[in-house]
Amino acid sequence: MARIDLDHIRHSYLANPVNDDDFALKEVHHSFDDGGAYALLGPSGCGKTSLLNIISGLVQPSRGRILFDGADVTQLSTERRNIAQVFQFPVIYDTMTVYDNLAFPLRNRGVPEADISRRVNETLEVIGLADRARKRARGLTADQKQKISLGRGLVRSDVNAILFDEPLTVIDPHMKWQLRSQLKELHKRFGYTMVYVTHDQTEALTFADTVVVMYEGEIVQIGSPAELFERPSHTFVGYFIGSPGMNVLPVTLEGGTARLGSLSISLPGAATAAAGARTELGVRPEYVRIGRDGVPMKLRAVEDIGRHKIVRGSIEGCELAAIVPEGDEIPADPHVRFDPRGINIYADSWRQTLRA
Amino acid sequence: MERTVNNKAWFLVLPVLVLVAFSAIIPLMTVVNYSVQDTFGNNQFFWAGLDWFQDVLESDRFWDALGRNLIFSAIILAIEIPLGIYIALNMPRKGWGVPVCLVLMALPLLIPWNVVGTIWQVFGRVDIGLLGRTLASMGIDYNYVQDPVDAWLTIIVMDVWHWTSLVVLLCYAGLVSIPDAYYQAARIDGASRWSVFRFIQLPKMGRVLLIAVLLRFMDSFMIYTEPFVVTGGGPGNETTFLSIDLVKMAIGQFDVGPAAAMSLVYFLIVLSLSWVFYTVMTNQGQETGK
Repeated sequence: MARIDLDHIRHSYLANPVNDDDFALKEVHHSFDDGGAYALLGPSGCGKTSLLNIISGLVQPSRGRILFDGADVTQLSTERRNIAQVFQFPVIYDTMTVYDNLAFPLRNRGVPEADISRRVNETLEVIGLADRARKRARGLTADQKQKISLGRGLVRSDVNAILFDEPLTVIDPHMKWQLRSQLKELHKRFGYTMVYVTHDQTEALTFADTVVVMYEGEIVQIGSPAELFERPSHTFVGYFIGSPGMNVLPVTLEGGTARLGSLSISLPGAATAAAGARTELGVRPEYVRIGRDGVPMKLRAVEDIGRHKIVRGSIEGCELAAIVPEGDEIPADPHVRFDPRGINIYADSWRQTLRA
Repeated sequence: MERTVNNKAWFLVLPVLVLVAFSAIIPLMTVVNYSVQDTFGNNQFFWAGLDWFQDVLESDRFWDALGRNLIFSAIILAIEIPLGIYIALNMPRKGWGVPVCLVLMALPLLIPWNVVGTIWQVFGRVDIGLLGRTLASMGIDYNYVQDPVDAWLTIIVMDVWHWTSLVVLLCYAGLVSIPDAYYQAARIDGASRWSVFRFIQLPKMGRVLLIAVLLRFMDSFMIYTEPFVVTGGGPGNETTFLSIDLVKMAIGQFDVGPAAAMSLVYFLIVLSLSWVFYTVMTNQGQETGK
């Protein structure tokens, strides 16, 4: 196991990158602690897979260094870095048995056959495929194949990290949940450093202690699932996490008040932003209260999704969604208020701290 | 759900049946008809029973030709399959080289059979051919018209030149369909170049390779045009394959009866070999689908 430091990593798939737009990864400077469970969350094309491949050594970064436990591994080959990676689609060696699949990385490294046998049998127990050891790998189901991919990493007792690249894409929904909890279990039991790439917020939030949200080639927020939810540091995090995402309203700031058209919303603290910055107010639907007082809302639709209702409408021409508990009445002439705990102010998409 | 039994549906097959009857069954039956009769022309036929079949199966001529066919097929498979795999492995996967290579590879396949034969016939001629003259000037005694070994070499090289492309293209299609993740996983697992070939590329090419083997075997087993143009079956009967012999017998000597018997035997051999391949291939498919 190892601590992984990404030292000012930049990467471009072009030969001669000039400006920021040429970089698939703009600049990533971050550390993954030894034994941590991390999720890299972001939409397609945000650079999360590139970052993962840079860690594993499949891709050489254009700039910056990667350190495993303080040692520079930037120039080391994938094999020498000793990491495990599970890909989106299960990679198995079709013609081999399950046992031989797991033994393959060890045999390639010249491990004595007796040690191989011990390690492989242990790993088969861990991934729960001991009864299929002598079966051909190609006859297995998708989730079993993914376990083999994972197992090929686990057999090497000294792996520095286990990297997952959207590993549950091809798994049936009911198996997804099971596999995810098994991964968590594995993490608790053996304390591997795990980095899990996904675009699915549920997967990220349930798997990881720390979620790294990426957007357009950079990290926009690192935090616990609760932090990402309560205090999105970038409007993108607000949109991307939560269902429906955060409401973002264009406002002008006047000390402790935000003005939206003719409306004024009082803030829990004073906000300042650089002159000329685009200022916005973000509030999650969970913190929008619908009642008879507050700002008048034009109602558009009410979606009943079982546990609660999602109310969609607009104030001052801006789209707004609110979450209302299942039993609550929605008045004929609805008004909205924002719970001060849930109000965030953004300047040029980045969150501003409010002064009390 | 209850199944509806309606035999009228068979009538829907009728048009195809008629078509197949005219294109395949009736001509085949004509051949069967010839194979059991003897004729001296004037549309007079005499019942001959299985005599022609017996003649064919007892003749050295038939067995020699069949032997030559099998040896020829074995040799070209042994060359074209490994060579095709090797070329496919070394073809570029991206960039401007891809279309260039594909076009170059497809080129021999686009040339009509008899033109291929003519090209090599002229190419190998000792008096005017580039190959023949070059070899002669190097002091190598090469003459495909007189030397059986030279004749075989010429036909084999010609077939390799003509058909290896097909194997290459099939293998290449199999190779490019392997997702990158396999190669990446292999790098992570520390696999050698040989292991990547043995455990990733070869298994993934398995099905297309089987098709390549089948196509190349059938085609080489029924080869006619190219050796006919280059050597005409000679020197002597050294390159007389079954198809060439058949034509000689039916058209050259007008021995319709024995020729019909021989073509039926030939047909049965091809049919049974096809069946063997088909069985192997479908078994392979079932195993994968498990």
